[in-house]
Amino acid sequence: MTHKHHLELTQVGIDFPTPKGPFTALTDVNLRINKGEFISLIGHSGCGKSTVLNIIAGLHKATRGGVILDNHEVNEPGPERAVVFQNHSLLPWLTAYKNVELAVKQTSKGRSKAEMRDWVEHNLELVHMSHAVDKLPAEISGGMKQRVGIARALAMEPKVLLMDEPFGALDALTRAHLQDSIMEIHADLGNTVVMITHDVDEAVLLSDRIVMMTNGPSATIGEILDIELARPRDRLALADNPQYNHYRHEVLTFLYEKQRKVESVAAHRKKSHVNSKDTSANVA
Amino acid sequence: MTRAQTASFILTPVKSVNVSMVSSWLRSAALPLLGILIFLGLWAVLAKNIDTSLGKFPGPSDVFTQAQVLIDEHGAQRSKADAFYERQELRNAARVAKDPSYSPTIRAFTGAPTFFDQIWTSLYTVTVGFLIASVIAVPLGILCGLSKASYAAINPLIQLLKPVSPLAWLPLVTMVVSAVYVSEDPMFSKSFITSAVTVSLCCLWPTLINTAVGVSSIDSDLLNVSKVLRLGPFSHVMKIVMPSSIPMIFTGLRLSLGIGWMVLIAAEMLAQNPGLGKFVWDEFQNGSSESLARIMVAVLTIGLIGFALDRLMLSLQKQVSWDKGAVLR
Repeated sequence: MTHKHHLELTQVGIDFPTPKGPFTALTDVNLRINKGEFISLIGHSGCGKSTVLNIIAGLHKATRGGVILDNHEVNEPGPERAVVFQNHSLLPWLTAYKNVELAVKQTSKGRSKAEMRDWVEHNLELVHMSHAVDKLPAEISGGMKQRVGIARALAMEPKVLLMDEPFGALDALTRAHLQDSIMEIHADLGNTVVMITHDVDEAVLLSDRIVMMTNGPSATIGEILDIELARPRDRLALADNPQYNHYRHEVLTFLYEKQRKVESVAAHRKKSHVNSKDTSANVA
Repeated sequence: MTRAQTASFILTPVKSVNVSMVSSWLRSAALPLLGILIFLGLWAVLAKNIDTSLGKFPGPSDVFTQAQVLIDEHGAQRSKADAFYERQELRNAARVAKDPSYSPTIRAFTGAPTFFDQIWTSLYTVTVGFLIASVIAVPLGILCGLSKASYAAINPLIQLLKPVSPLAWLPLVTMVVSAVYVSEDPMFSKSFITSAVTVSLCCLWPTLINTAVGVSSIDSDLLNVSKVLRLGPFSHVMKIVMPSSIPMIFTGLRLSLGIGWMVLIAAEMLAQNPGLGKFVWDEFQNGSSESLARIMVAVLTIGLIGFALDRLMLSLQKQVSWDKGAVLR
């Protein structure tokens, strides 16, 4: 490898066109990610975390700067940058098995039929879903759907696994289970992972580095925090670990002091009042 | 606890079960029946008070009588046809026995089509027209839903042609079919083609519009999945687009078939395609004292068949739809 870094974002910025002229959502995002690293992007909603992820995925095109993965510039979406979406986004008319199979068929042209079947089953096993391979998404719980979504992404054998708030829609217990699964899989396979999260504990528990983003517009990377906790990490043991709590504190300080959302409750109320007025006017 | 209390304690739940059963029975069977009875009553009373040049307007009983007459006529015509073919066969056999080199010609029975033959012709015609329209409208709708440019190009034409009445199309279609479909031994009669094409022209639009809307409103997450997987255009349509938009496509198809069936009757009247439309027209021209009752039989038949076609599409939709939990009505 001629490049030192696996995934490189250089001076990435994006403008969205609006009727009032271009809106600068992101600017000067620089990030170098090593192979096998687990990175979390954290920030308030609307700060452009998802936009960063979508640019890496190729779903959005950066207005300025660019992304390089394994010495190749990212221009379009592709399976080497698999995405786990927040709302699982499984195809509702396909069973868990068929959902993963679709990804496998698309990414493994050389495999025989038996090899493909083994690979589908292997990935469903990784996320502990072997018992429900023939279930439709509507027949399984939210956590299970997300597991299948992760299996589908892993089955593409991505160079980078991108996860957009993968556990955001789940209850706390299910989320903890899935976080443990992700840690296991990451330890086994050593994937490079970029994950978006709102959850400070989740970020500290899972990441090698936490990338904290400033508020938009013109959002960028505020601070990067290295998490030097030994792996495997155990959530119970870490609860009393002073270092863990220090990291937590750092992230919380960044989010709630340095980058506090300026919008006060009163202002929010006023805004929603205006909004409701607007709606009534529309109805009339 | 006194005995009365115990009794009421036991009885109450039983009673409530009975009440709910009765009310569900009421809703599912008794109320529709009541509605029909009231309708028949009003019809009978009103019909008596309407005098036309062909006698009194037919009430329910006249219509029922004519329905039976039509069934009998069908039976009679069938036995005539059977007798005709039997005679023909005997005659041919006799001639072949006399002269083995003779190859008999089989002539078709040329009796007038019965009411049931006409129903069959109508169903056949509407099916052909509907299928032609669907084969054009679904792919075109998918194209419009996928590409904003093609939607922008086609949309004005859709809006312009959608409200056009079948009666306006019919003279044009008739002339074009007469000019283009020229054949020594035509496989289909011109009246059939004219009617089917007119049906097609009118039932293109609901399918086209609903398919386009269904395709353009696919969940953006699923579109992103397709992009990440780098699905080719064909698998994108087959694996993502078609299954997602099946409900909307079927909504369009059901609307189209309903419109097609309505249009067909008008088209058959004017094109003289031997279906239910022609039956109504002929009875109207015939002007006997039974004509109005016979037309009324046709009206009810048209309604029943329209309803049955819609149910048929609905059950087809349930078959192909992946979301078995969705309420379809």
